[in-house]
Amino acid sequence: MEFLRPSTWDEALAAKAEHPDAVPIAGGTDVMVELNFDRRRPPALLDLTRVASLADWAADGDRLRIGAGVTYRRIIDELGGRLPGLAMAARTVGSPQIRNRGTVGGNLGSASPAGDAHPPLLATGAEVEIGSVRGVRTVAVADFFQGPKRSVLAPDELIAAFLVPAATGPQQFAKVGTRNAMVIAVCSFALALDPQRRTIGTGIGSAGPTPLRATEAEALAAELPWEGKTLPDTIVQRFGELVGAAARPIDDVRGSAAYRRHALAVLGGRTLRWAWEEHRCA
Amino acid sequence: MSTTTVGAGAGIGTSPLRPDGTLKVTGEFAFSSDLWADRMLWGATLRSPHPRARIVGIDLTGAVATTGVHAVLTAEDVPGKKLYGLEHADQPVLAMGQVRYAGEPVAIVAADHPETARRAAAAIVVEYEVLPPITDPVAAIDAEETVHDRGNLLRHVPIRKGSLEATAPVVVTGEYEVGMQDQAFLGPESGLAIPAEDGGVDLFIATQWLHGDLGQVADCLGLPPSKVRLSLAGVGGAFGGREDVSMQVHACMLALHTGRPVKMVYSREESFHGHVHRHPARMWYEHGADLDGRLVYVKARIVLDGGAYASTSMAVVANATTLGVGPYKVPNVVVDGYAVYTNNPPCGAMRGFGAVQACFAYESQMDKLAAALGLDPVDVRVRNALEPGDTMPTGQVVHGPAPVADLLDRVRAAAPPAQRGDDLRELPGGVANTTHGEGVRRGVGYGIGIKNVGFSEGFDDYSTARVRLEVVGGEPAAVVHTAAAEVGQGLVTIQAQIVRTELGVEQVTVATADTTVGSAGSSSASRQTYVTGGAVKAACEAVRAAVLRRAGRDDVTLRGGRLVTEGGEVVADLVDVLGDRPIEETVEWRHKPTHPLDPRTGQGDAHVQYAFAAHRATVDVDVELGLVRVVEIATAQDVGRALHPQSVRGQIAGGTAQGLGLAVMEEIQVVDGLIRNPSFTDYLIPTILDVPPMRIDVLELGDPSAPYGLRGVGEPPTISSTPAIVAAIRAATGLALNRVPVRPEHLTGT
Ligand SMILES: Cc1cc2nc3c(=O)[nH]c(=O)nc-3n(C[C@H](O)[C@H](O)[C@H](O)COP(=O)(O)OP(=O)(O)OC[C@H]3O[C@@H](n4cnc5c(N)ncnc54)[C@H](O)[C@@H]3O)c2cc1C
Repeated sequence: MEFLRPSTWDEALAAKAEHPDAVPIAGGTDVMVELNFDRRRPPALLDLTRVASLADWAADGDRLRIGAGVTYRRIIDELGGRLPGLAMAARTVGSPQIRNRGTVGGNLGSASPAGDAHPPLLATGAEVEIGSVRGVRTVAVADFFQGPKRSVLAPDELIAAFLVPAATGPQQFAKVGTRNAMVIAVCSFALALDPQRRTIGTGIGSAGPTPLRATEAEALAAELPWEGKTLPDTIVQRFGELVGAAARPIDDVRGSAAYRRHALAVLGGRTLRWAWEEHRCA
Repeated sequence: MSTTTVGAGAGIGTSPLRPDGTLKVTGEFAFSSDLWADRMLWGATLRSPHPRARIVGIDLTGAVATTGVHAVLTAEDVPGKKLYGLEHADQPVLAMGQVRYAGEPVAIVAADHPETARRAAAAIVVEYEVLPPITDPVAAIDAEETVHDRGNLLRHVPIRKGSLEATAPVVVTGEYEVGMQDQAFLGPESGLAIPAEDGGVDLFIATQWLHGDLGQVADCLGLPPSKVRLSLAGVGGAFGGREDVSMQVHACMLALHTGRPVKMVYSREESFHGHVHRHPARMWYEHGADLDGRLVYVKARIVLDGGAYASTSMAVVANATTLGVGPYKVPNVVVDGYAVYTNNPPCGAMRGFGAVQACFAYESQMDKLAAALGLDPVDVRVRNALEPGDTMPTGQVVHGPAPVADLLDRVRAAAPPAQRGDDLRELPGGVANTTHGEGVRRGVGYGIGIKNVGFSEGFDDYSTARVRLEVVGGEPAAVVHTAAAEVGQGLVTIQAQIVRTELGVEQVTVATADTTVGSAGSSSASRQTYVTGGAVKAACEAVRAAVLRRAGRDDVTLRGGRLVTEGGEVVADLVDVLGDRPIEETVEWRHKPTHPLDPRTGQGDAHVQYAFAAHRATVDVDVELGLVRVVEIATAQDVGRALHPQSVRGQIAGGTAQGLGLAVMEEIQVVDGLIRNPSFTDYLIPTILDVPPMRIDVLELGDPSAPYGLRGVGEPPTISSTPAIVAAIRAATGLALNRVPVRPEHLTGT
């Protein structure tokens, strides 16, 4: 197996163009598992860890541009205040070792429906910046996933960064697993309130072929008493039901489809209440 | 011979540092998978993808043609007996004409690189005629389709005590189910076989029972036992999963065939297919009691799914059945236990060995009985608690302490855990942020269990110890040598402690366990400190007697390297008595004999010793999401005498955690004979955030018939923690919950 080690972004793009079947490796927490289990034997690995720009993040107007190689640990430590939803999700990823190495870019690259970074990125309307020797394009996270472990990435493309607005209101993330740490989501839900624009953003994880938005639930934003009033139980309940209904789950070893719908309804209601409480007290 | 010297200055009752402890924590311990030899080849196994199929043809061409491959072997190449098994030789070394479970070895390959070996194995083309698998153990009992020629019933154990027609005013019934649990030990199966000049083989292996392997390996290789030499390699853990042979015969066959050392290492996924698991159980119970809650009768039917091969199923079902009513006085008992062949993965030994499954059922029943009578669940148990002198359903009288009521009282009296705080980590779901308190209800539950220690039913259960006392560098020093497997339980340390206590010497070396000394029996059944500890003690006594003979005294003990009278007078230095003539004694030691069960009534003194533990579990349940957090465990156990108190607590904490795993998460999911979650991604075991703080109350009541009064420690904690946790979840939710592990959807009804 060839091991390609570009040291700049341009070199990386050139290498990917030249070796479209090379598998990029960032933290390696997905790639190495596949190699160790002999599920994958790519002809080449493209090591991205020496490309310094991938590990940078910066504010770009009211948006943040975060390099694909920024780890969960750094999201929690450096961006917890500006991206509370993503940071909450990052905290639930694996163990300290995995959070030290694993990256959001890798999570997107794997495009697993269970990737924990995806729901908060969906809820906040994030975009993925994709590069190749052909140029740069930007794709909404909602359009990035095409199916289980499939994304819009072309063979010569790499993920450069993701672009996400700094939080303009309360955000929440909640993940159901059958143990209290180190667990793949049975289902997860992210929510972002934007009190200025009076919108709710949503993201559902692990309950469909791709991460999903609950668009009908989002539409309830129009009915919320934004002027700092108490949230009626009926709305909370309705919101939860719509979140559950938006899921397209299956039965598998981790849980039943019916359970996932039910749990998402519960999480939908709870996270809306928590976010609303924060909004009212803000 | 490599040896281990254990921390100085500590006899029994103290907790010297274990020699493997620091190495394991720092990642430097050499596991069997780290073995290496010059010119070594790697073995790989081709396994059946089907739970039941006829083998129509095997085409080895692709494998043989692979560069780097040195051997490709099938059943035809097995030099000796083609079948092996711990109790009943029914398992083919390599499949012969048919496969009976998914994962059954069909062919083996040796190559110069592990990946080459794997690829070559994958290049073997096996043509199968796939048959519908037999997967329902209850239906299998008298089904016409059979897994083997002999019918599907492996063993039926009936127990009849008292009247068969007893009736009672209060009756509770229940049907219970236990899922298939995995041992999930560290360090998947691995070992290194080195061909020897005499035509024999040296096998370095992670196992629980060197001589158990030896007999089977020699038989299958067609070699006299003297030409097969086994040495224990670094074992990660076992919990029963290494009692059966896995890659032992395969590695030796490949080594003998190629004339080169061959190493085999299973991956975790292969390991899930490569060892036996805990028997899934279906159990039907009926308890009859008087209006005070005193048991009048228990009727039960227990069906254990043995899977495709016998392994230890016959003994497991005897345990489940003979211990099937729990540590209670029951005048009338009708219990029938069945072990059944199916095309599911083979099941055999796992910590608790049949007692776990039954305990979940009988303890659930005791809670039901308490509810039916409006009594406190602990009161009902105490009212029926077994006491010394009582008889078990087998008619066996319980001798020595049996502190059933005391253990229950202790866990009930333990201070309750604090109310939960606001930190997410104290809530069900933890940092996954699923609740801030919504839907969370607390529940408390109790469980008590009983386990037999040692091998039962007339098995000649012994251990051999060789102890040598000599002068090394001007100091008296002892070497102790047994074939007992250190599997992480701390046996190496215990052996040295015993020698220090008995012979009064500081320097004690524990030789690597191997088959150049007689059998120690298995490191299972909570027996090794009892039986090998007993053998080491007896060997020390023989050495001491020889010292005294040589010194011409019979009124002294050995202390601090000296011969000392009772009054404390030093009469000689051990160094002077020994001079340059070492004293060595080898002793075979047996516990008191056991007896078979009557095949019609199940009566008989089948067990050596009984051990008891009680648990109180406190849980917080998010009843809307079905997520559980075990908040605290209080447990009490009589260990007779704690030879190494820290290890005792380690066993109790670890066993309790394994029972927690069975209660709320650990299950090999088998559908149509196929394991759906053969990895640690989806076979979940508790993490440190799932295991709660434990209050551990260790009693040392002393069993007069055991060495130092000790009582086996390893299994009891696993047995009663499961029902205690489930009882606590029931208390929090009001649900019936008749199956473990309890999954979130059982709690939410979705
Ligand atoms: C023990 C363990 C626990 C885990 N727990 C969780 C969990 O709780 N939640 C969760 O979501 N995940 C979990 N994971 C999975 C994994 O850690 C995450 O998916 C992580 O985000 C992957 O990041 P990485 O940098 O390690 O990616 P890598 O393994 O390096 O790469 C992952 C994929 O992305 C591709 N890739 C990487 N970078 C780029 C790029 N810049 N452009 C294009 N493609 C790229 C790779 O080719 C590969 O296909 C766990 C993994 C392990 C081993």
